[in-house]
Amino acid sequence: MLGLIFPTGHDRRLIPQARLTGPMPWVMAIMLFLTMLATAAALALGSAGQQINADLAGRATVQIVNADAQARQTQAVAAEAVLRSDRAVAAVTQVSETEVRDLLAPWLGSGAVSDDIPLPALIDVDFRTRADAAALARLRGALSRAAPDARIDAHGQWLRPVFDLIATLRWLAVGLVALLVLASMASVMLSARSSFAAHSETIDIMHLLGSTHAQIARLFQRRIALDAALGALFGCLLAAPVLWMLGQAAGRLDSGLVSAGSFGLVDWLLLATVPIAGIALAVITARITVLSALRKKL
Amino acid sequence: MDSIVQFENVGLRYGTGPEVLSNLSFTLFSGQFYFLTGPSGAGKSSLLKLLYLAQRPSRGLVRLFDSDLMTLGQDRLPGFRRRIGVVFQDFRLVPHLSAFDNIALPLRIAGMRDADIITPVREILDWVGLTARGDALPATLSGGEQQRVAIARAVITRPDILVADEPTGNVDPDMAVKLLRLFEALNRMGTTIIVATHDVHLMTRIKRAQMMRLEAGQLSDPTGALRYPPRPADLTGWAGEQS
Repeated sequence: MLGLIFPTGHDRRLIPQARLTGPMPWVMAIMLFLTMLATAAALALGSAGQQINADLAGRATVQIVNADAQARQTQAVAAEAVLRSDRAVAAVTQVSETEVRDLLAPWLGSGAVSDDIPLPALIDVDFRTRADAAALARLRGALSRAAPDARIDAHGQWLRPVFDLIATLRWLAVGLVALLVLASMASVMLSARSSFAAHSETIDIMHLLGSTHAQIARLFQRRIALDAALGALFGCLLAAPVLWMLGQAAGRLDSGLVSAGSFGLVDWLLLATVPIAGIALAVITARITVLSALRKKL
Repeated sequence: MDSIVQFENVGLRYGTGPEVLSNLSFTLFSGQFYFLTGPSGAGKSSLLKLLYLAQRPSRGLVRLFDSDLMTLGQDRLPGFRRRIGVVFQDFRLVPHLSAFDNIALPLRIAGMRDADIITPVREILDWVGLTARGDALPATLSGGEQQRVAIARAVITRPDILVADEPTGNVDPDMAVKLLRLFEALNRMGTTIIVATHDVHLMTRIKRAQMMRLEAGQLSDPTGALRYPPRPADLTGWAGEQS
């Protein structure tokens, strides 16, 4: 079975090659290592983007800014009632004054927030789905009537630049994967061409003895398959600890707002296909290169 | 008698150079033994290249196994080549393969299993007197031994046509006669043999062989008539050219 994919003993004698002393397995190892990192980055950024979107797009905060504590509290109660009555709202939580002071303490110092400083009343709002523009406009209208000093901020809106940055980085990672794939194909092509040129005498003999183009191409694609498999093995061995360490570091992230981008089962499966796809791509590239060179011969 | 090779007004040029073969018209018949002679540079090797399908003619008609070579699809060439055994003047052995593996190569290309290859290859190694040298690489073989490996490789598949370019040039007279007997035996089994040689004595050893003589890319007899036995006039003058 392996003889169908990798070179047989006779193939190796017919088209001998330097194994690990040749550059091909190492080039493939580096390419696959970088491709796995770029793929992992694209997947992690995609996952982070989705997670942030899920965490923040359905949230908003209502602030009531009024120096008069009594008026502020009255408006807060009215605003809470308005919010609870809206069909788009799933949950409403008034943030206690103690919690507000705790939130400000890291910036102002625990003793600095005195009773003399008026603090805004804060209400956390969770939407049933995402906070769309229509729902926000409706709530703004209703709040302006019931609590004139209320201001609603959708979390998704002020994090839009973060979403955009994540999306840009993700596309950059996808672009890197594409470039690495092209670079890997180019190195396989060069290797196949150089090997083809080095063994042109043997190829001519095989031709004249009745070898088909497919038979000759198979010799080269098998040896490239072995090189690519060795490269994939080394690339995976390099990438696995790096990805594990990055995963651990990402797991320790706690922004207080969002969960860190992490890999699901599908992501791990996709990562596992990278070396297999790399080997397949190398074999196909070698086959096309050799067949195209053979077409120039009679 | 069935024709196996047919040339009509065939010309061959390499690139944009002059024609190295001009207006060749002849027919070779199945099961016959042919010698191709002529001085160095006459075009013998070029004619053999057309016969073993290393070149397509620049013009004219070449029919091989009842197919027109000019219009033959590239995908059909390997099948045709497997029916033609070739002994190259420079042997063209694969340098990384042992004598055994070189001889086995046409069988492997034809898809024969390793288990079925061993016996016929050992038999032919024995026949050419190289049983003890089966594992040797070509670089460690003498010129004569390499030539015998090349001949064994050419005949191992019992081809329909055997094309040999100076097949006895590097072997001693006894081995030359022995190899010629091998060709004769193949010929008796139905293989058409075409041997390019300068060796007059070799030609006289095969009584029923026919002769073609090339001079400056053309047949000496422009009608393509094949003669046996060679007339003294055919032999005189070029016996010395072999040097």
